[in-house]
Amino acid sequence: MSEDSPAGYGEGETMLERVRALVHFTPLAVAMGIELTRVERAKAWGKAPYKPEFVGDPDTGVIAGGVLTAFLDQVCGTAVVAAMDDPVIIATIDLRIDYMRPATPGRDVLAMAHCYKIGKSVAFVRAVAYEDDPENPIAHAVSAFMINSSGGRKFGANFKEPRK
Amino acid sequence: MTEAQARLTAALARVPYAAFLGVRAELKGDELTLVMPFAERLIGNPLLPALHGGVVGALMELTALSQLAVAAKSEKFPKTIDIGIDYLRSGRPVDTFARARVVKIGRRIANVQAEAWQDAREKPIAAMHGHFLMPEDTPN
Repeated sequence: MSEDSPAGYGEGETMLERVRALVHFTPLAVAMGIELTRVERAKAWGKAPYKPEFVGDPDTGVIAGGVLTAFLDQVCGTAVVAAMDDPVIIATIDLRIDYMRPATPGRDVLAMAHCYKIGKSVAFVRAVAYEDDPENPIAHAVSAFMINSSGGRKFGANFKEPRK
Repeated sequence: MTEAQARLTAALARVPYAAFLGVRAELKGDELTLVMPFAERLIGNPLLPALHGGVVGALMELTALSQLAVAAKSEKFPKTIDIGIDYLRSGRPVDTFARARVVKIGRRIANVQAEAWQDAREKPIAAMHGHFLMPEDTPN
């Protein structure tokens, strides 16, 4: 844990507490009610509750693809953090998602992500979203993350206008 | 408001997740821009701060779906088959815009590319390409 990190980011006694702190530190995850249910080394399990405001098809009540995009991105990033001894800031480089079938209306969506390779600069993750059984997937994701993405940039760096 | 704009506005208004993101559509001719005004809840990295990659992806996907609805003159959105998102710059805490280009609409499957930007159109913060299943009643 670097000393200039504010309290909360990736702090805690157990790995589950540390990654939960990370999720609670992410405003979008809080707004969406994303929860972390289980963590192992380089693996994370999460839950996105069904909410009426997530619906993408009002005729069927099926949640929007974008909900899964945000949820899978979050769980994938969490698996990367769970693969690190000292959590540092990460950023998604790319994210590819296959949507196999509509999510069941009214049901919470679960996801499991595995960071199967982590290097000095890049981590690779795959994830699956489902209701009950990962063998009956709603969506599958493959993603790459940059490690220590904020490098030399200071907190609040993004408040500044970019150089022309 | 043109007929197409009215149709699209109505279609987007029926999508609760578009309202959650705060997304609105601006249509000039057949050129569609989706606008996602900055909101605190869209943040993924509170330190920089930067937008969550998921909402930038969701914005581009919604833009692709909307552009396809305009192109197919349909009020129904297609279904997403797959998307690939490239993140190019971190999203600053300001408004984000997105446009999509329909590469091809086939009988059943459409191929679309999209880009999201903030300060300058020529400096995209993310790009997306995706395949979409067209609604069965689409006249083609």
